[in-house]
Amino acid sequence: MTAHLLSIADLGVDGIGKVLRLADRFVEVNARPIPKVPALRGKTVASLFFEDSTRTRLSFETAARRLSADVLTFSAGSSSLNKGESLRDTVETVEAMGVDALVVRHRSSGVPWQVARWARRAAVVNGGDGWHEHPTQALLDCYTIRAERRARNLGEGLGGLHVGIVGDIRHSRVARSDVLAFGALGARVTLAAPPTLLPPSLEGWDVEVSHDLDGLLGKLDVVYLLRLQSERMTEALLPSLREYTATYGLTAQRAERLGPDTLVMHPGPVNRGVEVASDVADRSVITHQVANGVAVRMAVLFLLLGMVDG
Amino acid sequence: MAETLVLRGGRIVDVNGTRPADVIVAGGIVTAVGADLEAPAGATALDATGCVVAPGLVDLHTHLREPGREEAETVETGARAAALGGYTAVVAMPNTEPAVDSAAVVAQVQDLGRRAAVEVAVAGAITVGRRGERLTPMAEMAALGVHLFTDDGAGVQDAGLMRRALEYASGLGVVLAQHCEDNALAAGGQMHEGAWASRLGIPGQPAEAEELMVARDIALCRLTGAPVHFLHLSTAGSVALVRAAKAAGLPVTAEAAPHHFTLTDESVASYDPVFKVNPPLRGATDVEAVRAGLADGTLDAIATDHAPHPPEAKELPFDQAPPGMLGLETALALALSELALPVEAVLALLSWRPARIAGLGATQGGPVAAGRPANLCVIDPEARWVVDPARMASRSRNTPYAGRELTGRVRHTVAAGVAVVVDGEARR
Repeated sequence: MTAHLLSIADLGVDGIGKVLRLADRFVEVNARPIPKVPALRGKTVASLFFEDSTRTRLSFETAARRLSADVLTFSAGSSSLNKGESLRDTVETVEAMGVDALVVRHRSSGVPWQVARWARRAAVVNGGDGWHEHPTQALLDCYTIRAERRARNLGEGLGGLHVGIVGDIRHSRVARSDVLAFGALGARVTLAAPPTLLPPSLEGWDVEVSHDLDGLLGKLDVVYLLRLQSERMTEALLPSLREYTATYGLTAQRAERLGPDTLVMHPGPVNRGVEVASDVADRSVITHQVANGVAVRMAVLFLLLGMVDG
Repeated sequence: MAETLVLRGGRIVDVNGTRPADVIVAGGIVTAVGADLEAPAGATALDATGCVVAPGLVDLHTHLREPGREEAETVETGARAAALGGYTAVVAMPNTEPAVDSAAVVAQVQDLGRRAAVEVAVAGAITVGRRGERLTPMAEMAALGVHLFTDDGAGVQDAGLMRRALEYASGLGVVLAQHCEDNALAAGGQMHEGAWASRLGIPGQPAEAEELMVARDIALCRLTGAPVHFLHLSTAGSVALVRAAKAAGLPVTAEAAPHHFTLTDESVASYDPVFKVNPPLRGATDVEAVRAGLADGTLDAIATDHAPHPPEAKELPFDQAPPGMLGLETALALALSELALPVEAVLALLSWRPARIAGLGATQGGPVAAGRPANLCVIDPEARWVVDPARMASRSRNTPYAGRELTGRVRHTVAAGVAVVVDGEARR
């Protein structure tokens, strides 16, 4: 494992496998009456969230506490960023408190790379940067697919599975990390979106593209829905929410095309009735994704900070 | 205070060709050029052995930041950086605060320029506040000697307004220079739109956002007959459009910046805003097209787009950091190192052709001949050096070339008869 976790590309197939195997052990820990181990006692993890994110921040902080690390929380709203302090000064100030890991979330792509250049000793974990990457989300997605298929006796691993990622790929850090992770583990990935919600170039992406969700759904082992943000309408990327739902929403009617073992996933928060119908959301594995997220983030923190290699 | 100088042992390269000769400078002008000249009493000797003695370089595109952004650069520091880069004249861009959109601001910058190491020509804005709405008092500014007008940093979006500006300017004998960027299509893009922007999750601006305005202004040039100068062209499509316009006999000229023939958008993968610039770093085919355009004369000049920013501005997140790179102290060496062109061709791009476009031909761009104003640079074409931001004379440090080894270095610069750089060190 590298000194930082900035991109899924930092891990490679072996690194991803290592995180997933270790996460299995932390899932066991989390099932105990007292879900806590002393692995990172004496270590300090700071979450630097320059953008609001309740679920990712809570997930990382829960993971750190279950490993007995101390946790510092920084959120932009209550910080001296409002007093004009620069990003670099903020990072250096927090690090000077003796922090071992910085979990960074920022609305601008690339900020974790900048933070990693400024950090003197702390490991930097990308908690989501702009439209770019969200590597721990991709890891928990891989973990969830593996665990759900194992539970249904459908075999091990993602090799040969067909995953459809549906929706606003262009603006999605989850999609960029998932494409790298699913591809690394041997899955076939199809992006389903109107052309306006795809990146302008897919050169170098190991994916196929579909503009026909109805034709695609029956072939998928996993359908991964992305959140659609309402400002996409004002940017002339879509005519209306209604038309988006009609063409790319996983409506109840459309969900009937799914095979019985097809997993429905979503990184949350869900716009019920837009990208996925409410009843369909309820058959999804979204809450499992959230639960697995804690174990996967425990694995990441342990690999970056733990004394003993997992 | 003009000095008496003798430049010994060099090889003159100017618009008339190449020949070994000494040069004597006195009272601000070149007084003699020839072999083994006898130095006048009290003359300071400058060793030019093994060096090229050339007309001083002329930068069509310099952001001196004064007035308004003196923490980034001043006329004094920018002119010193220019002198170290071999320049004896720079055209100061008008996107200051306030913008150079009135005779008063022109006079202020000209006054600062008179105390600077090199000649500072002032460019005026085309529209008031560079807002693209109303024409500036171009006649009043032209009366003070302003020759180039541009809203650089932004293109004039309104084709009707640009047409009128061209017509009005043609009556004054001045030239409009365009920053080509269609705002609606660029849509806030922070880098070149392509494979890298898509992978890096950064909003891009397509090459076509530049090319649309190049094509539009070529059409307006045809409509009005007024000359147009294209600033910092960066795409293969732009180069092709200008090539065709010149073949059709239209009065267009164009420049390219060193970063557009040396760097690609792949550099942005570091997310270091030192690689953020506008127009953005493009792809490898664009870099090749810019090089070809410089080689075949489609692009008339290399212009630095020297754009200083303080360190804190370049430590913002990539999408919030301001665009711009330093250029004055590295342009000549990059051209000599990276363009496979003979030194005469490089100097044409950096000296006499931009001098003509800037309207500075009377004082700048040579030839090196008795009676001409003494604006000269002495270049050691074999000297190897490593770019070190900490050693730059600019007040800012935002060079994308830190650590790069280059070949070719300025040894001396003589501006208006004064040795402003001697042995690579600034004297003022």
